[in-house]
Amino acid sequence: MFYGVNLSSRLLLGTARYPSPAVLERAIKASGAEVVTVSLRREGGAGRAGQSFWQFIQSLGLRVLPNTAGCHSVKEAVTTAHMARELFDTPWIKLEVIGDADTLQPDVFGLVEAARILAQDGFEVFPYTTEDLVVADRLVEAGCRVLMPWGAPIGSARGLNNVYGLKSLRAHFPDIPLVVDAGLGVPSHAAAAMELGYDAVLLNTAVAEAGDPVGMARAFALAVEAGRAAHLAQPLEPRDMAQPSTPVIGKAALGGL
Amino acid sequence: MRIFLNDDAHDVDAATLAAALDSLGFGGRKIATAVNGRFVAAAARPATKLADGDRVEVVAPMQGG
Repeated sequence: MFYGVNLSSRLLLGTARYPSPAVLERAIKASGAEVVTVSLRREGGAGRAGQSFWQFIQSLGLRVLPNTAGCHSVKEAVTTAHMARELFDTPWIKLEVIGDADTLQPDVFGLVEAARILAQDGFEVFPYTTEDLVVADRLVEAGCRVLMPWGAPIGSARGLNNVYGLKSLRAHFPDIPLVVDAGLGVPSHAAAAMELGYDAVLLNTAVAEAGDPVGMARAFALAVEAGRAAHLAQPLEPRDMAQPSTPVIGKAALGGL
Repeated sequence: MRIFLNDDAHDVDAATLAAALDSLGFGGRKIATAVNGRFVAAAARPATKLADGDRVEVVAPMQGG
C-alpha cells in the first residue's frame, strides 16, 4: 500500500499531545494503528526525554513515520529528513514545509522542491500537501508515491473543508495511495474521507486531546473501518428529487384525487 | 574553542564533532547531528573537524503528529 508495504490498518496515528505515555500506548492499541508518526527535537547533554521516547517507540514494534514538522524552508526540511532517516532507520518521511504560521498551510512550492531532492536521495516521501491537483501532479512527478492532502488546517478539528477537491484528487489519481492528513475532529470526518475512497487517514490531536483518548482512538478505528466498507459497497450519489423507497405499484386504491 | 550547541555556547577542547559530543555528555546516545545547518551522519562525526564559532545541532526522537 505505501511504497510496497502492505498494512491492514488504514489509520495512522500521531504520538504527540497525549496526557501521558501510558495513555498514548493504550490509544495506539485501541486505534489498531500499525504506523505512528514521530518527530525530532533538540536535546541537551543532561536531557533524557528523547532516549526514553526512543525506547518506548521501539517497544511498540510498529512502523514509524518521522515528520519534518515546523520546517519552513526546503533546506531545513531536507536536513531534518536526513537526521530523521538516521535516527529512526527508515526511508519514510512525512514531508512538511510550512508556508503560513497561522494556518500551517503547506508551502507547496518548497514542498515540491524538497520532495524532489529527497526522492532522488532514496527517501520514500509522504508529502503533507493541499488538495490542489496540479501540485499533486508535480509531487508525483517529483517521485512521491503517496499523497497526503489536508482535510483542514492541522489541529483545527474542522473535518473535510473541500470535499469536492478531495473527490477530484481521488478521481485524478486512482492508483496513488491517498491519505487525508490533518484537520479531522470526530470519527464521522474519518468515515467521510474513507467513503470518498481515500486509502487511509492520519490523525493526532483529535485523539490525543479528546476527553478520553483511548475511547476516541477506538471510535476512529471503527469509523475508518465503516467508511472503507461503505466505499467498497459503492454508496449512492445524492439526488435532487425524492425517490420512494416503498414501491408504488400495487398500492390499494382508497379514494381521493 | 567556543562552539554553539543548540544555541548554547560551550568552550570545548575537542577537535572533532565526535570528541565534542563525548565531552558534552552525548556519548552512546540516540541522536542525530548537523553542523552549520548541514547533516553530519554518525559515521562521519569522528572525521568532522570543528572550528571556532561552529553551530552544532543535536536532536533526539520525540513525539510528533
